[in-house]
Amino acid sequence: MESRKLPSGKSLRPGGLLRRYPTLWPFLAMVALLALNAFLTPGFLHIEMRPGAAAWDFRLFGPLVDVLRNGAPVMMLAIGMTLVIALAGIDLSVGSVMVLAGTAAALLMTAHGQSVPLAIAAALGASLLVGLFNGALVTYVGLQPIIATLVFLVAGRGIAQTLTGDQNIRFDIPAFSLLGSGSFLGLPVPVYIVAATAALVALALHKTALGLYIEAIGSNARAARLAGLQVHAIRMLCYGFSGVCAGAAGIIVTADISQADVASCGLYLELDAILAVVIGGTSFSGGRPRLLGSLFGVIIMQTLTNVLVMHDVRSEHTLIVKAVVAMAVCLLQTPAAAGLIGRLSRAKARPA
Amino acid sequence: MKLPRRHLPLLASLAVYLALYAVVAWRYGDQNFLTLDVFLNFLRGYATLGIVAVGMTLVILSGGIDLSVGAVMSLSTVVIATLVMERGWPPAAAIPAAVALGGLLGAGMGSIIRYAGLQPFIVTLAGMFFARGLGFIVHLESLSIDHPQHKWLASLGVSLGGGHTLPITAIVFLVMVAAGIYVARHTSFGRNIYAIGGNEEAATLMGLPVGRTKLAVYALSGVCAALAGAVLTLDTPSGNPTSGVGMELDAIAAVVVGGTLLTGGVGSVFGTLIGVLTVGLIAESIRNYEGTSGSGATSVAIGLLLLAFVLLQRFLTRRM
Repeated sequence: MESRKLPSGKSLRPGGLLRRYPTLWPFLAMVALLALNAFLTPGFLHIEMRPGAAAWDFRLFGPLVDVLRNGAPVMMLAIGMTLVIALAGIDLSVGSVMVLAGTAAALLMTAHGQSVPLAIAAALGASLLVGLFNGALVTYVGLQPIIATLVFLVAGRGIAQTLTGDQNIRFDIPAFSLLGSGSFLGLPVPVYIVAATAALVALALHKTALGLYIEAIGSNARAARLAGLQVHAIRMLCYGFSGVCAGAAGIIVTADISQADVASCGLYLELDAILAVVIGGTSFSGGRPRLLGSLFGVIIMQTLTNVLVMHDVRSEHTLIVKAVVAMAVCLLQTPAAAGLIGRLSRAKARPA
Repeated sequence: MKLPRRHLPLLASLAVYLALYAVVAWRYGDQNFLTLDVFLNFLRGYATLGIVAVGMTLVILSGGIDLSVGAVMSLSTVVIATLVMERGWPPAAAIPAAVALGGLLGAGMGSIIRYAGLQPFIVTLAGMFFARGLGFIVHLESLSIDHPQHKWLASLGVSLGGGHTLPITAIVFLVMVAAGIYVARHTSFGRNIYAIGGNEEAATLMGLPVGRTKLAVYALSGVCAALAGAVLTLDTPSGNPTSGVGMELDAIAAVVVGGTLLTGGVGSVFGTLIGVLTVGLIAESIRNYEGTSGSGATSVAIGLLLLAFVLLQRFLTRRM
């Protein structure tokens, strides 16, 4: 996607390296953070292998694995959110979809005695429906995405609470819990779920025209429609997909703790996901989806959280650090900062 | 009489509120729902949400959004409690200090929005995390306030005769609503807010002070949120760094139900008063009279109301 050059060899996008590769910023921030911690946090790079019952059933332990494990649900959210934000939309409902999917799956398996695959399919189906409902409000009714998805953010948790009578649902179903707390070839199962979803989306974005369509709609929906794009269908697809991602994240969290927690499952995670996507370089006003950047964004925030806890900073206090880092990364991506950096590097390049 | 179309959302809000009140009163009439006491209790119970919502209305009218209000309110309660109980400040000094801090935080967010051109949603989201973290740093646990001056402040009120008292919290709420209406309708600052929310580009080309107005709107919202925190300490005398979670959503819902368009430029502070009362009416009647699993049913009801209103607004504005 960086090969947009004119026949003369000049790049279509003028500017420095950072402007040509916008995902570089979040990537550099992530590498810097990891490198810094390799020095400052004792044992940060330490990875321990513990054997399990079978030869393939070993597990890796260590801070880096924890970052991936803890970050997996938000990564799922961020994948769907990237597409929605690239369409100049937003999906505030994902946290509520998480709790709804987790609760639905737990209820189906416990109170209704259904099988695990059926519970998962039903939970994902319900999440898809919510996503499509959001999409319909945005694209057919023409509501602002913030308000359209706010409706379900407010109501979704209420539905889950009403379904369970405000009780958390505990269960003991190993086959289901595997999805959250199991591991395969050393890594936690959720990491594979995230990797598979991300790979699928990356293929769809780069090997089909979908990425181009999304960028076109996000940049100028009217122009895209006049150019003959199925704007409605693509919006429905992206909001529906965001719903499914949120449902999967809810299943992961619920499986991980073997409990559907109606009060705190997914609470405020929509904000974490949005922040990660914006840190990752996808423009809030729409444009090209930066899938990899979003995943870097989640890793940056999760590493910060985990590392501060390792340094005995109270988790309540990490909020302030998260806020400052998020603001800093966002500010670095503004045109003003780009201009400043460009001026500085030109001044340096000029011989004295 | 010809009704301007732009007042239709407000009239719809008013009609819904009156209809809801009638339904609730009819359904629970035997439980004294129509008495003045119940209504006064309402004003008291929803004073904090109302004060926050007044600031939020100005922000939304300018075409922005402020997600930090719940956290700033909570920070304000913590700051007041800590200053009074651990630093020996009198409440008369601690409350203005907390309100000033709220204004400062709001101005900080407003400056980033103004000078860096970042989205209000993202900036105030980070601001929310920042204020929440700051609250935990000031005092990690809830701290109750026990101070004679504070008690005296909390006991203030205006007697309405017949044994009814309008408590100080409700007075602050109504005064803030009145101030909000005045600022929005009768000052050039207010007209600038409407102009920016209606069409920022046009406002800029007209030579209006767009940047300064935006900055001031977020500062004002911070002041309102911090003042709501002060009012909250009068109601429940403690500083709690975990209070006000989800407050921003309730405030946005109340503003929208009150007929203000989230796109900015259309709406009123008076509508927000109606919106707060409507949201409060639903929450209270479900909590008090319907009994079972209150909080879940309340959020579903408010969600549905929100949906109904945005659909109605969409329908009305499409024909404007």
